[in-house]
Amino acid sequence: MDNISFCCEGCKQVYLLLNENNLCVYYNFEKAPGIKAKGKFVSGKFAYLDDTEIIQKLVQFTSDTQTNISFQLPQMHCSSCVFLLENLHRIEPGIIKSITNFQRKEVFIIFDPLKISLRKVVELLAFIGYEPSIRLQDSFEKPIIPFNKKELYHIGVAGFCFSNIMMLSFPEYFSAGNIEQAGLKATFAWLNLSLSLPVLFFSASGIFISAWKGIRQKFLNIDVPLALAILVTFGRSYYEIISGQGAGWLDSGTGIVFFMLIGRWFQNKTYDSFSFDRDYKSYFPLGVTKLMNGKEINIPVTQLTKGDCIIIRNEEMVPADAILDQGEANIDYSFVSGESKPVAKKIGDLIYAGGKQCGSSIRMQVVKEASQSYITQLWNNDIFKRKKNIATSFIHPWSKYFTAALFLVAITAGIYWALVESSKILPSVTAVLIVACPCSLLLSATFTYGNMLRIFGKNKLYLKNAGVIESLAKINTIVFDKTGTITQNEFAKVFYEGVKLTNHEIAIVKLATGQSSHPLSRTIYNFLSSYHSKEELTLEYFKEYAGKGLSAVVDGVIVKIGSGNFVKQLACQTIFDGSGSYIHVVLDGVYKGFFIISNQYREGINITINHLKEKKYELLLLSGDNDAEKKTLEELFASKNNILFNQSPQDKLNTIKNLQDQNKKVLMLGDGLNDAGALMQSDVGIAVSDHSAQFSPACDAIIDGSKMELVHAILAYARTGKKIVAASFALSIVYNIVGLSFAVKGTLSPMVAAILMPTSSISIVLLVTFLSSLCARGLSKASKNQSLST
Amino acid sequence: MSALFILIGISILVAGSFLTAFLWSVRNGQYEDDYTPSIRILFDNTSEPTKTEPSIKPLIQTK
Repeated sequence: MDNISFCCEGCKQVYLLLNENNLCVYYNFEKAPGIKAKGKFVSGKFAYLDDTEIIQKLVQFTSDTQTNISFQLPQMHCSSCVFLLENLHRIEPGIIKSITNFQRKEVFIIFDPLKISLRKVVELLAFIGYEPSIRLQDSFEKPIIPFNKKELYHIGVAGFCFSNIMMLSFPEYFSAGNIEQAGLKATFAWLNLSLSLPVLFFSASGIFISAWKGIRQKFLNIDVPLALAILVTFGRSYYEIISGQGAGWLDSGTGIVFFMLIGRWFQNKTYDSFSFDRDYKSYFPLGVTKLMNGKEINIPVTQLTKGDCIIIRNEEMVPADAILDQGEANIDYSFVSGESKPVAKKIGDLIYAGGKQCGSSIRMQVVKEASQSYITQLWNNDIFKRKKNIATSFIHPWSKYFTAALFLVAITAGIYWALVESSKILPSVTAVLIVACPCSLLLSATFTYGNMLRIFGKNKLYLKNAGVIESLAKINTIVFDKTGTITQNEFAKVFYEGVKLTNHEIAIVKLATGQSSHPLSRTIYNFLSSYHSKEELTLEYFKEYAGKGLSAVVDGVIVKIGSGNFVKQLACQTIFDGSGSYIHVVLDGVYKGFFIISNQYREGINITINHLKEKKYELLLLSGDNDAEKKTLEELFASKNNILFNQSPQDKLNTIKNLQDQNKKVLMLGDGLNDAGALMQSDVGIAVSDHSAQFSPACDAIIDGSKMELVHAILAYARTGKKIVAASFALSIVYNIVGLSFAVKGTLSPMVAAILMPTSSISIVLLVTFLSSLCARGLSKASKNQSLST
Repeated sequence: MSALFILIGISILVAGSFLTAFLWSVRNGQYEDDYTPSIRILFDNTSEPTKTEPSIKPLIQTK
């Protein structure tokens, strides 16, 4: 094999395929770019993609000669992936073109439906290691959000008009309003007028629509005073230009619109490749194999009814609560609970939806429809119908006071001038409305939070929107989930005890465990992967016994690896299964020893918990598991009352609700589907994920598992952010007071407005960007300390 | 002074052409994906296969 070594048969197959098509350049871009290929490939897995109804729901466009479809490929991670995925047509001639979008982890494929079926395309992708995530949700609503071009058009037009108007206004300012040639002055004014029209009617349309919606719902949002300021500025300027009195404030007016649009665009740039609104539909498969009159047919999961007989193959997910009829079930509930150890089930046992079968095919009888299952009925709770953290921004209450104060000042100025000099009523009132624009108030929040979102992103915390930062700043209670949150799913602690294995024996065990897809075998395989051996071993026989272990023959040595009952050796009868899992090894009938695999707590989690305790946060732990590790956890949290075991998803949700009823602001950190309710109920729900590609339940933010220990620094930074916004608010109020003092006297000249408006906006943007980056030092320091210690 | 009128006209035309270029680029989808093209440019245009041996030993699972 060209002197190339492979970790498994799957990767070798992929190499052969690429080599055949001269695509081996793939391996040149990155070091060992391969994704763990699936090794075994179950051909029936994508059978549901032959169903025309499902095909129609998935494809974007289809004709006789071409079909267009987009897939989400969470495994896409490097430039080699892009290369391979964009050269699919060289592997499979039926594929006409494939275009990737790396940041969205999407591939857009055009293929010829006469030459290749959709199922074949998906199988090819799965074969080379990029199994698309085709989920139930896709068939209901297309999750792919079109790119918002309109916003960019608005900004482009506003920028063009603003800069031109500004340039054409200079002569007016430099000559102090006395341009020698009358013709020139009028030309400038009318040019400005015509340039401002696209801004008023096109670019600012979003602001007016939002303000109008606010008024109709009797809700004074921040766009109302903004829209008013724009209307007054443009209205008075048009009046002055048309009546020939002056040049107006069009440069300030278009400037407001331009800066506001940029601010919004900056804040709304979020993370495209993350989905924060998943429900159970995005976890569950699209189709299932149903047994009808002895024949296997593929039906969409939604058509599954009580009493149906279904077949679940290796690696497939159980879509609805069902009773095991036939076969050996070995269910991995890691999607549901985060617990990676599979559970063996007997015939007649009830298996909950969301579990994944590991091993041979099983036959089951459905007892509840997919939407009524134990895990999915959580979503029928009202909490999932509520949208949270939308427009809860604390600028909105401010905008009410701002608008009220603004009208008060305007009216006072109007009354004063009515008594003193009636000709100054209109100029002073309009000037108040023009100069007291809420835009510096708005910009301070949008730019601070926009910048903070980016800094959090650099530290691998991905927030849904800027509103989450404000919620984070208010948190005083933190609830942790156990498995997968404060423990690690991967890199479980592995020990070997027993007779020391020779290098030859290690190589044998490594080869045997490498054949199995069982999580425990994979863990042992990864543990042994640091032992490199040059030996060429041949696998003569391999068989896996679901829920028990495996037996193999490697170079004539009979290998038995598995549970105590499986290896049937006297020596291991004395060892009891405690907190971890014990896997015994027997070579040629001789008992060698056992591997212990136990939960590993995240490194540095104790330090983080101490930090949080110092800051007087109330800490809780909710675990769905039994209390086997009670002692360790009590030591970790130094508390007994706040650690609860055997919590069902509903219990977790209720606990959070109780805390909130005591007026506590709760942050929930969890990972599995069983935390979904709690994440949703909490004020801020952060999903912990060890791969950003992994599915995470509906949440407000996603944090990379390795950054869990930064929680205290993250909370501190969110609080600082709020202070920065408050400080810049104060500054913008100073600017407003200066502007208003001119305005109420009726002496606001267009030049003063033209200087004040951009200076206030730009200085505030610079200040908050500088401050928020400066204050992020605490966070990056914590991050650096972490990388040093590991 | 009439030269000024011409110059103003030209300046707006020039600025307008930049605006048009911007609008065209948005319409053309250049802002939809601002990352993948930077990867794509690294690939050689090996439209017709050339038999080369891979220089790096591939697919050894690294953790």
